[in-house]
Formats: sequence, structure tokens, C-alpha cells
Amino acid sequence: MSLDHDTSYTNQDFKVVGSRPERPDGIDKVTGRARYGADAFAPGQLAAGVLRSPHAHAKIKKIDTSKAEKLTGVKAVITSKDLPDLTGGNRQQFDILENCMARDRALYDGHAVAAVAAIDADTVKAALKLIKVDYKVLPHVTDVDEAMKPDAPIVQPHLRTSGVPDAPDVPTNVHQRSQFGHGDIEAGFLEADVVIEKSFKTEQTHQGYIEPHACLATVGPDGSGELWVTTQGHYSYRNMCASLLGMDIAKLKVTSSEIGGGFGGKTHVWMEPLALALSRKANRPVKLVMTRDEVFRSTGPTCATSMDIKIGARRDGTITAASADLRYNDGAYPSIWGMLGAMTSFACYDIANVQSVAWDVLTNRSKVAAYRAPSAPMAAFGVESVMDLIADEIGMDPVDFRLKNCAKEGSRASYGPVYGPIGIEATLQAVKKHPHMKAKLGPNQGRGMACGFWFNFGGQTCSDLNIGVDGTVNLAIGTVDVGGSRASMSLIAAEELGIPYEQVKCNVADTGSLGHNDTTEGSRGTFSSGMATIFAARQAIGELRERAAKMWDISVDDVVWEEGEARATGIENSNLPPLSLREIAAKSPTTGGPIAGHNEVVADNAGVSFASHICDVEVDAETGATRVLRYTVVQDAGKAIHPTYVEGQFQGAAAQGIGWALNEEYIYGEDGRLQNPGFLDYRIPVCSDLPFIDTEILEIPNPNHPYGIRGVGETSIVPPLAAIGTAVSNAVGVRLDHVPMSPPRILAALKAHRAS
Amino acid sequence: MAGIHVSTTVNGDPVEFVCPPGEVLLDSLRNRLGLIGAKEGCGTGDCGACSVTVDDRLVCSCLVLGAEADGREINTVEGMADGDKLHPLQSKFIEHAALQCGVCTPGFLVAAKALLDRNPDPTETEIRYALAGNLCRCTGYDKIVRAVQAAAKEMRKAKGKKK
Repeated sequence: MSLDHDTSYTNQDFKVVGSRPERPDGIDKVTGRARYGADAFAPGQLAAGVLRSPHAHAKIKKIDTSKAEKLTGVKAVITSKDLPDLTGGNRQQFDILENCMARDRALYDGHAVAAVAAIDADTVKAALKLIKVDYKVLPHVTDVDEAMKPDAPIVQPHLRTSGVPDAPDVPTNVHQRSQFGHGDIEAGFLEADVVIEKSFKTEQTHQGYIEPHACLATVGPDGSGELWVTTQGHYSYRNMCASLLGMDIAKLKVTSSEIGGGFGGKTHVWMEPLALALSRKANRPVKLVMTRDEVFRSTGPTCATSMDIKIGARRDGTITAASADLRYNDGAYPSIWGMLGAMTSFACYDIANVQSVAWDVLTNRSKVAAYRAPSAPMAAFGVESVMDLIADEIGMDPVDFRLKNCAKEGSRASYGPVYGPIGIEATLQAVKKHPHMKAKLGPNQGRGMACGFWFNFGGQTCSDLNIGVDGTVNLAIGTVDVGGSRASMSLIAAEELGIPYEQVKCNVADTGSLGHNDTTEGSRGTFSSGMATIFAARQAIGELRERAAKMWDISVDDVVWEEGEARATGIENSNLPPLSLREIAAKSPTTGGPIAGHNEVVADNAGVSFASHICDVEVDAETGATRVLRYTVVQDAGKAIHPTYVEGQFQGAAAQGIGWALNEEYIYGEDGRLQNPGFLDYRIPVCSDLPFIDTEILEIPNPNHPYGIRGVGETSIVPPLAAIGTAVSNAVGVRLDHVPMSPPRILAALKAHRAS
Repeated sequence: MAGIHVSTTVNGDPVEFVCPPGEVLLDSLRNRLGLIGAKEGCGTGDCGACSVTVDDRLVCSCLVLGAEADGREINTVEGMADGDKLHPLQSKFIEHAALQCGVCTPGFLVAAKALLDRNPDPTETEIRYALAGNLCRCTGYDKIVRAVQAAAKEMRKAKGKKK
């Protein structure tokens, strides 16, 4: 579907878009004034806490809350009984309800079983200790390959495998099989001179946002409520919470606080319905803040995976066939993470015969959530590693090998559609020319490069633009500002209206003040709110022209909007001096009232995004420790609205990928409990771990956006696993096939290599 | 339970509060004094989001008791600006886009100030190690290090002019 908008603006000469002004929320954030999830206070507010299962899998026989309820200062205790099932047979919603609060079974270490609201934190702690839960511990499974075996403990007994014809009608952990591709892979592999097949594993990682989940909930006996919460999607939180609690959507006002990082982890409700239920029961405001331990144990990390990748090529470098078998560990609830892995796995390449099969598998781990380009980095680790092995085998430069096979405009993507203008080839050419590729490497040092793809998403969006009598502009958007998007939106509004950036003030509206906006995910913030802002501004310009026409007493057809002012056209109007936005705004009370523009849109055709990364590492063969020496990101942004923040997205995504590649992993014990739920043992990169991260922004406009914007936030977490994997492999002479490539794993690989 | 009476100085102002013996300084600052700049990212001293100084020593306020503030001088991010004039670190963090979500920023600013107060001309490596106790998940630290370098340069220049 093509959108009904004027794309002639694509590649236009911009006046303010593309400049690098200071962000409007900067001062609040450097002075400590900015208010995040845990920074709101309400009169009479209660503290709250959640009791969580210490077992990976258990039947909950009985919960006795009587002692906790009697403790002085306790105002409400809730269990699943206080959250009746109102989902009307909607299994997906029921799963969300059950994940927020276990019903008859605890499905993972950290699953909520009860919650308390009391006058202070100490009373909450004491009350949680007084709740007695009678568990019957059940057999558990946390590994994806183990969970697929026929005799594995069953996580969700109602589940049957979808996507497999004639699948037996028996309980299983395999939620679904998905398949994408085209051509005939058997025939394709027969045409190949070289075929390489290899298995890979990646461990589970967490988004690791520094701000834990936090909210302040207030529900009155009249069924109205308010929720202040750190979230990427206050509208979807509102809809989900209202639905789970039986409230009217319009009567629950959700305000998104400043958000201390999300990366996909704050797109799902976790404990917010519990805070609302506690508040409803106590009839007092309730503040609920997770501990870091709870964040790790009870909110969604991304999947652990296991996969087999096979690629065949001719000696001239043409890939003849490629296949992937991907097994994604979804945790305790069914989802589509494996499917996304299958869709993205070969998306960088134009391959005649290609097939990706994915298995979404349940285990007794916490429910997996989105994590920045969810599912793509793992599949890319396997695919890009094998790409390198093939290039090596046929004696071709890895960049040239990719250039020979990369997708172009008109290529059929492995997941179905035919690409429009895309940037993979341009990123590879930029890598080829980049000075980084010529930097000298020393002993124990290695270089790797890899490519990555992400879809991006558009979705439901709206924005309001209101012009004050002094000519300053309030822009209300409904996507959350996760990393500077208020600056980008202000730039876009200023560009359209032809006014300075400083004349625009952008706010993220609460759910009572603006229509529904989909969650800020899929790199959609700047793409979709940018689109709605452009259209809202154009509507306001239409109104400004009307008012100018009225002031001049001429036809609106004789008024144009240029360089921030209304100009009368035609010789008969040549005596009329232009009217600035400020002049028209000043007269607005007498020319028809407030001047505004609105837009509601489903922002389709987000436009895919590609990146290529280069990485140099040095590995200490004695300790197995890897040091990143140089790192370069090249990515297509479509159009960089605020280039500094685009660079920031590239760098942040690369850093998360580096942590994932080298250190981060969920470690489960034999008992199925998470052993490292803290930042000391789950080690994300610190400042001294990283070098400066170079960036190169390419701009291949997305024809489906008036400014050519593509989402930029996610793609660059995709290449690092493979780029570093290849760099490490080149440094030590052994191919690493298990992420993270932590010191013990590198030492083990070296030892195994020496033994062989 | 009996509360402890604490007399202390916060950002140069005399302050008194009563807190339970087990309460950490972070909670006293946030919940009793309304100073929400210090954040709790972990509660275990691993993330540095709650960084403040106690008698000029950089600490994680989640690992210090509120009662320990008695008789000492506490400085937080709220005390960095001089009236309406931002500290050079604050300006450079904004200018260099050294923050994305910004939740770690108060801790980084306090830690970076502690560094520059004792070492006005740090190398890149010294900056990286001085800030290694502060976690940032958004930026990859690139623009943070550049902002600290720029602020250090500006502060050295200003000091040179004064002399």
C-alpha cells in the first residue's frame, strides 16, 4: 500500500532538519530535576512489594496471607484472586495476566505470587515474609534443545504445535514452527562448490536499562484511575491494564514518566496491574518499584538460541543456497521470537534458494520480551559467521563476497517482499573504503566485519500542534522520548512551519490528552511521530493561510506559505507585505480562535534498514579476555533528522551488541534458578571496556516517508555478535560458535583446538 | 522503631532529618529531602546511578546509611550548577549529547566532577577508568568521554584566565 502523501519532499534541501541543536529536556536531565518512574510522589502514597516464586516450576497449592494482612501498617494484600480472569477466553491476554501474577502454577524463578501495599518499605518487607505459600515443586526445563525433547517437562499443558501439518494432539513445549524462503534449497546446494554447515548457540541477555520498572498507581472507588509509569508505550499499558482490571479505557489516565532506558523491555506490562489492583483494594496511591534482582528474574530478557546454519556457494562467490534451522527459547509464554529470527536471518542477501525454519519453544524461564531488533542478532551471528567461513574457503575478501550477494532494489527478500531502495550495498562499499579496514593489526589481534538487517515498524500515531498567540508552538506527541526524539520532532515541526527550532516546544502527551499511539518500538518514534508531525504542521499551515487571507480579505487560493510567512500571490496583491507566523498568531483570537493542526495516521511502510560493522579485537590467550580495539558502525538512516542522536543510537546499539558478544548471559543453576540477577555478575560493558565507536551515517531515503526517514534505533545491535565473533576467531585461529565469547569459553575453545 | 536524628550539610545548606537506622542515604536524600537526582539502578553499588560525594569522597549513596551523613558534607547533582550557570560538565553533557535516557547522567556528572576536581587534565584512559563504576546502557560511553574531555579543557582554560 502506498500512502497518500507528497513524497516530493524526499531529498529536499532542509533548513533545520539535519542540524544538531541541544535537546529541550537537557537541563532537566543534567540538574537532577527530570522525573522518572520512581520520582513521583502522591499524598498518602503507600509503599509496595511483590512476593516471587523461588522455584522454576511449581504447583501453588495454597497461599495464606492472613498473618500479613493483620500486620500493623499493611493496607492491602493481593493474590491472583484479586485479579479475576476477565479475558473472556483471549489466551494471549490471559498469559499476560498470569505472567503478572501466578495463578495455580509458578512457571519460573521470580514469577509473582502475591503483593503487598503498606505504610512504608520496612512494613512491606515484613509482610511479604509473613505470606505462606505452599508449593509442590515440579520438574523444570530451562534449555531450548532439552525442552524440545519428547520427554521434557511440559511448561504449558494446553499448548499444541502450530505450523506443523499433522502435529500430534499431545502437550508440547514447541509452540510453533515458522518457515520463510523461496527456491529449491536441495537443488541449490547441489550447484555449490563449497557447502559449510555449522551449529551455533547464543545465551540469554537482558536489555539492562539502568532504571528499574517503577510506577505510581491511584485507583478510586468510582473506577477511575491514574498511572504514572516508566514505559515505552503508555497507551498500550493503559489498554492492557484497563482490560485486565475491568476498567474503562477512558477512565485510566496513564502518564509516561521520563524513561530510563527500555530497549524493548518496557513494551510489556509486568507489575503495573498489580500496583493498580493494590491501589484499588487500599483506596490509596501505591508506588511499586522493582529491585534490580526482580528486573533480571521477572522481566523479559531476549531469547537464548540454538541453531544450524548452512550456506553453499560457487567458487566465483555466488551463493547458490542457504538454510537455517533456528530454535528460540521463548521462556514461559508462547511468542513469535523464533519467527522473527527466521524472517531476518538472510534478509541482507539476494539468494536464489533460501529457507529459514524457526521453532518457538517454551521453557521455565521468565517471559521473553522484545530487545532491540528482537531475534535478529542471534540468527545474524550464525549466518554472518558462516558467510565468513565460506569467503575464507573460496579465498574471497569477506566484504567482496557480501557485495557479490547482497540484496538490492528489486531483490526478493528471503522473508517475502520485494525490496525498494535499500542501503546494504552502500554500507558495504563504505566499509570497503573505510580507513578502519587499513589499520595495522598486531599479534593476538583480529578483525571482523558483519552485516545486519532490521524491519522497522510504523503503526498508529497521532500528534497535535498548537500555536500560541505569541507564535510559539506546542507540539504534543504520543510516542515516548527514549533518546532525544523531542528534539527531532521539534526540528521537523520547525522545518515545516519555517520557524526556528527554539520556537517549538515538544511534549509527550498523557493518554487523556491525545489519541492512541502505538508503543515506541520497532524504531518507529521518529519515523511515525515525525510523519504525524509533518501532516499536523501542514494542516496548521492551511489554517495559517486561511487566517492570512481573512486578514487581507483575499481568497485563500492567493496565499502561499513560504519561509515561515504567508505571502499573497498575484499582481493585484503585490502591495500586501508578508504576514509572519507570529503576526497571524497574534490576531488569531479575532480571526477564528486558536490555530492548530492535528494528524492521525497509520504510518505504514517503515522502510527496512541495514548496517555493516567493522571490529578489531585483541585476545589475551592466557586469560581468554577480549579487548575491543576499534569499532566502526556504518548504517543507513534514510534521513538523519538530528545526526548527533542518530550517532548515539548507532553507538549504543553497538555497545549492547559488544556486551552480548563478550560477557552478558543468564546463568541458570541445575535447580532452574537464575544465578546472576545483578549487575556485578551480569556484566554489561563499562566505560573502560570500550573504545570510541566510530559512526558513518548513510542517507538512502525511504520513499515511503515525506522526509525519507528510516528507523535507526535497532539495526546496529544486529552485526556486533558476528563481527566480534569473526574478529576473535581471526585473533586466536579458532572459530567461536557460542555467544557470549567470555574468557572461560574462549579458553575452552583454545584448549579443545590444541587437543585436536 | 526509634529514628536517628541527623544534622548534615547538603549542597552547602544545613539540613536535618530523622531516619530509621537501616535507611540508606539514597533513600534519605530522595524521600526525606526531595533530592531525586540520585537514582537507584541496582541498590548494590554496581551501577553508580546514586553517586554523591560525602566530604568530597565519591560514594554510592545506596551503600551509605543516612545516619552516616551526620556532621558531614554531602554534595549531589542538584548542587552542581552555580545559580543559573550550569557547571561546565553539565553544559558539555548537553552539547555533546552525552545523555540519551538520562537516568545515569546525575551519577556520571557527580563522578566526573570528582575526577576533574582531583585531576584537571585526565587522559582518555583515566577518564574511562574513573567512570567505570557508572553504568550507561544507552550511549556506549563515546559521547560521555568526549563531553568530559571538553569540560576539562574548558575548566582548565577558565582557571588559566583567573590566574
